[in-house]
Amino acid sequence: MLEHIPVLLILAPLLAAFLVTGLAWIQSAYCLPLALAGLLGSLLASIAALHQVMAQGALSYEMASWPPPVGIELRIDLFNSLVLVVVSAVSLINLVASWEFIKREFEDRKETFLALYLLFVTGLLGVTATADLFNLYVLLEITSLSAYALIAMGPSSRAPLASLHYVYLGVIGASFYLLGVGYLYIMTGSLNMGDIASLLPAIWSSQTVLVGFVFCLVGVWIKMAFFPMHIWLPNAYTYASMTASRVLAPLMTKVMVYVMIRLMLTVFGAQYIFRVLDLGPVIVWLAVLAIVAGAVMALVQRNLVKMLCYIIVSEIGYMVGGAWMGNQAGMTGSILHLINDALMTFAVFLAAGNFAFKLGELRLENLRDLFARMPLSSAGFVLAGMSIVGIPPTCGFFSKWYLISGGLQAGQHAYVAALLLSSLINAILFMRVVEYAYFGEVRTGHGHHGGHAHGGEMDEAPVAMVACLLLVVASLVLVGLYSESIVSGMIQPFLVRSFV
Amino acid sequence: MKRIGLIVVILCGAVLLYATRDFPAWGDPASPASTHVSPHYIEHALQETEVPNLVTAVLADYRSYDTMFETLVIFGAGVACFLLLRSFGARRREGWYVRHIPTGVVIHFRKRPRIPHSRFFERLDTEWVPHDLIIMTICRILLPFIQLFSLYVVAHGDFSPGGGFQGGVMFGASLVLMAISFDLRTALSRVGERILALLAFLGVVLYGGIGVLCMLLGGEFLDYSELAKILPVHAEEARALGMIGVEVGVGIAVTAVMAVIYVNIASAGRHDEGL
Amino acid sequence: MEQLLQEIVAKYNYWLYIILMMIGLYAIISKNNLIKKLVGMNIFQTAIILFFISISYKEQATIPIIRNAHGPGHVSPEAIQATAYMNPLPHVLMLTAIVVSVATFGVALAIAVKVYGEYETLEEDEIRTRIREKIK
Repeated sequence: MLEHIPVLLILAPLLAAFLVTGLAWIQSAYCLPLALAGLLGSLLASIAALHQVMAQGALSYEMASWPPPVGIELRIDLFNSLVLVVVSAVSLINLVASWEFIKREFEDRKETFLALYLLFVTGLLGVTATADLFNLYVLLEITSLSAYALIAMGPSSRAPLASLHYVYLGVIGASFYLLGVGYLYIMTGSLNMGDIASLLPAIWSSQTVLVGFVFCLVGVWIKMAFFPMHIWLPNAYTYASMTASRVLAPLMTKVMVYVMIRLMLTVFGAQYIFRVLDLGPVIVWLAVLAIVAGAVMALVQRNLVKMLCYIIVSEIGYMVGGAWMGNQAGMTGSILHLINDALMTFAVFLAAGNFAFKLGELRLENLRDLFARMPLSSAGFVLAGMSIVGIPPTCGFFSKWYLISGGLQAGQHAYVAALLLSSLINAILFMRVVEYAYFGEVRTGHGHHGGHAHGGEMDEAPVAMVACLLLVVASLVLVGLYSESIVSGMIQPFLVRSFV
Repeated sequence: MKRIGLIVVILCGAVLLYATRDFPAWGDPASPASTHVSPHYIEHALQETEVPNLVTAVLADYRSYDTMFETLVIFGAGVACFLLLRSFGARRREGWYVRHIPTGVVIHFRKRPRIPHSRFFERLDTEWVPHDLIIMTICRILLPFIQLFSLYVVAHGDFSPGGGFQGGVMFGASLVLMAISFDLRTALSRVGERILALLAFLGVVLYGGIGVLCMLLGGEFLDYSELAKILPVHAEEARALGMIGVEVGVGIAVTAVMAVIYVNIASAGRHDEGL
Repeated sequence: MEQLLQEIVAKYNYWLYIILMMIGLYAIISKNNLIKKLVGMNIFQTAIILFFISISYKEQATIPIIRNAHGPGHVSPEAIQATAYMNPLPHVLMLTAIVVSVATFGVALAIAVKVYGEYETLEEDEIRTRIREKIK
């Protein structure tokens, strides 16, 4: 069975999704275990894939036994095996953590929600594993389609509208990507990433390839919410059900960053991107704008989740800037930050979800006296916040270190300044939350769940939710401590061929 | 917004037009798209899969993995529509209308009436449009032909233009036609919600199942030639049979999902009164 | 001018697809009605389909279904020329893209039904006023 690992890690959640929809009509009690089993299977398979890749190099799986340019290939190398592990782990942990939430928010249709959740994860895993540009589009659309529905199901009355706006932009993004693929196809006649990479050097000077690249890039940028195209993200993730945004926020944007880096390094090649095109400086400036704008807009927000959403916008700026720095340190930082940011964002959203489970709407004023009521979740939130700010033992520090050194090497001082500024603003943002949560006294007759908000008695979220949060926070520190070996063992070997 | 739109549109259009100058001439048989991978499909597909319709061969065999996810997109859309719209609770409404057929008298009930199932009474929609005899008769005559033709399109997809999606959409459209020309309840009484869900489920499971079966028989996922081990045919014919199998799966799933989407959107998820 | 005109005539289908696509894009960005935006979205996607189908065209070639494949007097596999049949791959890709766009359209309509249920209108400016009123 070992040779089937690349496809098994996609099939496990897929088959689970099928069976969940079937079982929902017969015996709905089996749905959750089945979904968990599917996600666990995919986590195990991706860990096995990571192991195999470390041992013997990239895995290639020829779908239906047709060799690559004719058939579809799955290709797992050092870079995406890492992303696969993160995606499957985050989605599994989120399901464990959010089950109480799902039961509360979707009483009579939680099985349908589960099925859609599994489809979403399947899509993400497929996008990450595939080596075929068109297959990537199809899987991207599965992911987006389920994301639209998951967001529209949010408890807020504004969720459907936010989701519809996401649909418009998402479709433009996906179509731009498809158009870019079409431009590459008309010039090369192939859809396989490796095959295109070998055909491209002969036609580097072609305008069509350039425009194809730009359209792929802009499409992916829309999907990842890169600054001027970010307008769909904050509303969509804020008004979505917390269960959905907990998995969307860390994974969707990061996987799109993965796609961008994959396109840059594997399809077009660093040579073309940085030497022939020389778009780097322009895009780094865009990234600077994204970082500053995201940070500033986060300052204005009075809603905790929306604030976190704008932090995501600014983090996307970090990663795009790092990737376009044109040197190995920047790219290393970008990839490491992709992994770290997925975990950090997941941790803060898990904590925010725990708060929301007890408090309802997360306006900053509602958070008063939170430390006394939910000490564990709050502690987790603070640690995750520290990681986002970039305080040493946590992983956020290390990727920022690489990003900054990349920026300095490339002489992009504006980027470094923006990164430092936004870290500072992040520190202010989290301090503000802590101030509300720790020092703020209880106002009389406040807000949403006034009933059980008095005094200092503990009112922690369910055990599973807290345990998952603590697990993820611990992983933040662990990944931080081992980031040296991740970089030297996985990221640098992957980048070696690109940056000679 | 209009101005931003115009600027974006002109910018995009200009960039795209700029790129067309570099395109190979239209219809040039020597262009890269016609010489790199596609000749393999054209020249070898018949030999390797025994299917003369190259589009079907590429769709259901060479790129069957794509097609599986394409089915999954449709399936996901059905699940999403159900999740978004379906509401089981009763809604507030002005009342129920029931017509006594022999006399033609319409009775208005404030609360939900309990009417014995008989041929003397029929329920009317709140916004009722008289059913036109001509439309109903024509549709009644047309429906079986549409459905038969859609089955033909599915079954004959290997040899002529057609396939699972096309046939499935057509069959789904016949169900929608039934719902429009009669009413939603009539259509749902023929093909209920549970049956539609079951069909959608069966369709995707048939596709995925064939893929997994190939894997269990020792090949790669969706490698239909492995089916030759359990079917009395040789590997190339097994590929053709595998293709028909997945196309049928696709057809069933698409039929069901088209109907699910229509029913849920037309009745805003309540499944009692539609267009 | 002469040259430009020749260029346009030689690749008129690419020009047409771009115009169609821009109409769709304009509708998505600047229309006020949410359903009109969805229709714009469909036009946009259809334009891309037109583009891909244009790629598959070859002069002097017929549709990608092998003639006389089976039965008496069928062609030998070696005799099939790649230049005689159109490129099947873009057709396949676009079948998938059509399905994707139909599915997206279905889900988007379902979401629009929900939006209508919430605000009783599908005009964006009216919705915005409703939201503002609600916050006040």
